[in-house]
Amino acid sequence: MVTKEDTIATPVVLGGVRGGPTNVATLRKDRWWVQPVTTVTVLTAFVAYATWAAFINKDYYVGAAQHRDLISPFYSPCLTGSCVPGSHPGTVLSWWTISPALLILIFPLGFRLTCYYYRKAYYRSFWWAPPACAVADAHNSYTGESRFPLVMQNVHRYFFYAGLVLNTILTIDAVMAFRQPGYGIGISVGTVVLSVNAVLLWLYSLSCHACRHLCGGGLKLFSAHPIRHRVWKLLTPLNSKHMVFAWMSLVFVALTDVYVRLVASGTIHDAGFHF
Amino acid sequence: MDDEPTTEPQAAEPEDAAAPPAETPSAGAAVQAAPAPDPHGAAGAGRVTMVIWRGDEGGGDFATYELPAQDGEVVLDVVHRVQATQAPDLACRWNCKAGKCGSCSAEINGKPGLMCMTRMDTLPPGEPVTIAPMKTFPVIRDLVTDVSYNYEVAKRIPPFQPRPKTADEEAAGGYRMAQIDVERSQEFRKCIECFLCQDVCHVIRDHEENKTAFAGPRFFARSAELEMHPLDTNDRRELLRQEQGLGKCNITKCCTEVCPEHIKITDNAIIPLKERVVDAAFDPVAWLGRKILNRTTRSAREAAASSPAHGPAAVQPGTPVSGVPAPGGD
Repeated sequence: MVTKEDTIATPVVLGGVRGGPTNVATLRKDRWWVQPVTTVTVLTAFVAYATWAAFINKDYYVGAAQHRDLISPFYSPCLTGSCVPGSHPGTVLSWWTISPALLILIFPLGFRLTCYYYRKAYYRSFWWAPPACAVADAHNSYTGESRFPLVMQNVHRYFFYAGLVLNTILTIDAVMAFRQPGYGIGISVGTVVLSVNAVLLWLYSLSCHACRHLCGGGLKLFSAHPIRHRVWKLLTPLNSKHMVFAWMSLVFVALTDVYVRLVASGTIHDAGFHF
Repeated sequence: MDDEPTTEPQAAEPEDAAAPPAETPSAGAAVQAAPAPDPHGAAGAGRVTMVIWRGDEGGGDFATYELPAQDGEVVLDVVHRVQATQAPDLACRWNCKAGKCGSCSAEINGKPGLMCMTRMDTLPPGEPVTIAPMKTFPVIRDLVTDVSYNYEVAKRIPPFQPRPKTADEEAAGGYRMAQIDVERSQEFRKCIECFLCQDVCHVIRDHEENKTAFAGPRFFARSAELEMHPLDTNDRRELLRQEQGLGKCNITKCCTEVCPEHIKITDNAIIPLKERVVDAAFDPVAWLGRKILNRTTRSAREAAASSPAHGPAAVQPGTPVSGVPAPGGD
């Protein structure tokens, strides 16, 4: 006698005939390709610029000669013996002879590469897995992030920790930029640029999914941890805008480097005033 | 599968003078001949052209139907008018026409969506509307698919395992939970099981072989709901990692994009589960913390022990079978 408690297997057909056409990648008629094309364009442009800026190894610091203390976020903290005088808190790696930016950029690169938002962006636009929703995957087989090397995406939280350290340093850089050597305290376009850059990087980091989990999302009982619950509630609205902060901070960190580079090379003057 | 294709034509509506006569119903997978579409595929002024997949497991093709346009209609209304006036044998599932039963899932102009919640005036005017069955599941007939895969996956989700009641709770007659502890998982209770998220997920949509080892977004949301429940005592993290393919998800968020209930499946269910799996399996500091505090994670086998589908089974792709593999050991 069969009772309702018995588990009755439902016939499941794997590999059954599917409906719809089999010879087209998608039936979508909208411009689904705009998003991947835009992503490829912006990310490729950023990577190309960041690579050039990291290897050029000059014009990353505006010092006392121009009564400023502005350092590019690509080169901060400058820890090698080859750093421009005044740009570093102290030489840590005297044996490092190539660009000091390469020491630094590995951390934000890893943070963004393993970021849950950027993963979506580049899986769709570069890897085409899938290029857009309901558009066929470009690959015959798929294991996702369950195997090496993509299983390494799970180190994201450690890059998040490193990102917090760098954010702190860049915030200190932005505060220190208000000191204008020879003049005293002052405000310039450079100080505003560095400050906005620091704020955007903090917003990007604090809206991170790993951050939300570590601050409270991993809890079973919020009621037993009221402070972590409050932090989680504060971070959740930020988390919903993670994509926006990801793009804003990415673009602005490049613009910050461009600005510092233009001032350091003497192309433009950093307009400002002092008290 | 007991589900017969549901064909419930509405009462025939008066056609205008230009409407073509109703076709004689054809049997099985026969392609419904279209009343001559215009050369550009678009309907004329005041008319709509519906291009609907007709067929079954023996094959099929799109058939074109042209109807007079009516204000305020959703796609399901027009499909019903096609049934009523031109193709009485057109099979489609529907029930509530209110976006709550999850029956009328289909692919409208290539995008997975509920036919009853897709207004005709949101589609490009003057262009044919293409309707195909959900691609991820085997077709039964026309727009009706066999979604039993999902029911089998559901049996593999270890159910709610509440902790014992405290003495106070026993005295009070039941469990007591704080609102802040229960409200987080309420979002996932909105799921209407339309399976659009399962349909759009490329892990199984484009890779049939993954169906044997991938639960899919709907069931990740179910697991997240249970994992976040304040009373639940099971630990599904190793099961999710080893048997249910959480690592196969590459968080491209299509499930969130198509969800008619606007559940943030990726941000609020899948990514939190991935982070919990990192806690359990990939974070050396968390591992050290468990060792110091003498805490353990539950193995996949232990977590699966209570699921209804627990037991040996095997599925060979391409072969109709009963059941899908139950979770094994770790």
